[in-house]
Amino acid sequence: MFKEFAKGLSITFKHLLPGHSTTVQYPHVKLKPSDRFRGLHRLVPTQDREKCVACYLCPTVCPAKCITVESAENDKGEKYPAVYRIDLLRCIFCGYCVEACPVEAIEMTAEYELANYQREIFAYNKERLLR
Amino acid sequence: MTPVSLSNNWPLFLTTMIVKILVVFVVLILIVAYATWVERKVIGHMQTRLGPMETGWHGLLQPIADGLKLFFKEDIIPSQASKFTFVLAPMMLLVPAFITFAVVPFGPDIEIGGYLVTQQIADLNVGVLYVLAMAGLGAYGIVLAGWSSNSKYSLLGGIRSTAQMISYELAAGLSIVAVFMLAETLSLREIVMLQREPLWGVVDFLPNWYVFSQPLAFGLFVVASLAEINRVPFDLPEAETELVSGFCTEYSSMKYALFFMAEYANMVVISAIAATLFLGGWSGPFPGFINLLIKIFAFMFFFIWLRATFPRVRYDQLMKLGWKIMLPLGLVNIALTAVVVILMQ
Repeated sequence: MFKEFAKGLSITFKHLLPGHSTTVQYPHVKLKPSDRFRGLHRLVPTQDREKCVACYLCPTVCPAKCITVESAENDKGEKYPAVYRIDLLRCIFCGYCVEACPVEAIEMTAEYELANYQREIFAYNKERLLR
Repeated sequence: MTPVSLSNNWPLFLTTMIVKILVVFVVLILIVAYATWVERKVIGHMQTRLGPMETGWHGLLQPIADGLKLFFKEDIIPSQASKFTFVLAPMMLLVPAFITFAVVPFGPDIEIGGYLVTQQIADLNVGVLYVLAMAGLGAYGIVLAGWSSNSKYSLLGGIRSTAQMISYELAAGLSIVAVFMLAETLSLREIVMLQREPLWGVVDFLPNWYVFSQPLAFGLFVVASLAEINRVPFDLPEAETELVSGFCTEYSSMKYALFFMAEYANMVVISAIAATLFLGGWSGPFPGFINLLIKIFAFMFFFIWLRATFPRVRYDQLMKLGWKIMLPLGLVNIALTAVVVILMQ
């Protein structure tokens, strides 16, 4: 019994020695998330417009029904999203929209600091998603 | 000129007394405040965390911030609580914890202006008995807090604490009995004096600390006092997992802070008593009180270390340990000591 007590005490003492702490001082030091991390969405731009062709695959596949798309045609006769809105309060960050997209127009970034004060701020429109 | 006792000159006696009390009180409060910081830091690092880091350098201002926060919090007294005892209980716990320190000697007698000044607030000839009595009084604080809150968790915490304190006070008391069978005095000052002699009167390089002659009693005392001050692994009166926060569930603001202070003050006092009874008190290589402080800090570190390491014991295990193991061991130790003392004469 006493042997086990001593063993436990030695383990905790070893951890007390410097260099054993695994804590990161978060707001001062930030870890880089993994490449596969699913953070805030981003609409990928090309030279003059967004890549998105408003095919409606992402709102269809979205399990949380948080994506709103309204398509329109520009002067060249190409389809583009006149409205592209993601309600981040409903989004579950599953990444299905990224998987479903046929033209790789939407992707997920590493940004995870999304807290804010008003509900309206969480409705991301096309301009905020095009970064 | 031989120094005279201060008690012949009452104004001087009063002044030195007040100065001594103030110094001891302030030091005690400081140790209590920073014990919370040390505990959070040490336990944090033992669990591979960092503990407080943001308030001041490595969180050094954390105790002050905590104190201020608790001070400005709303003081809630539950409407069904028994108000008088509800207010009285935290004081009943804190006061015995602090006044126990009155009998702890923290240095040799010094001579100032022809007067003999003892570095101890009061040299009671029944010092050890006083310590035990005050430890017993502390139990009332917890019981009253549990009862007057009028909440089931508090009541359960209070009842647990009564049973626990009674069973462990016996073991602690019995372990001390063996010490003053050797010392033949109850005065803590004389017990320290006796421990300055060479070990068993023959070994020159070691002091006659009673931990060498009474290792079993030392172990019993440390474990029993851990249980008596409700520290992990015997913190059943405030077992968070079962009783929310035990006897202090309904307390808030400064009253809660008093409970917290009492817990740490008890820790300091028990460390001081253990150091005085078994580890030679203030005697040692450094001047006076520094030795005692080192011993107190060592004990407190040990208590914190235990808290980071061991899980809480179950209630029946606690009772079994107290009545079936520690009490018989204490009695056996007394019997053995008695035989040895008679044989040595």
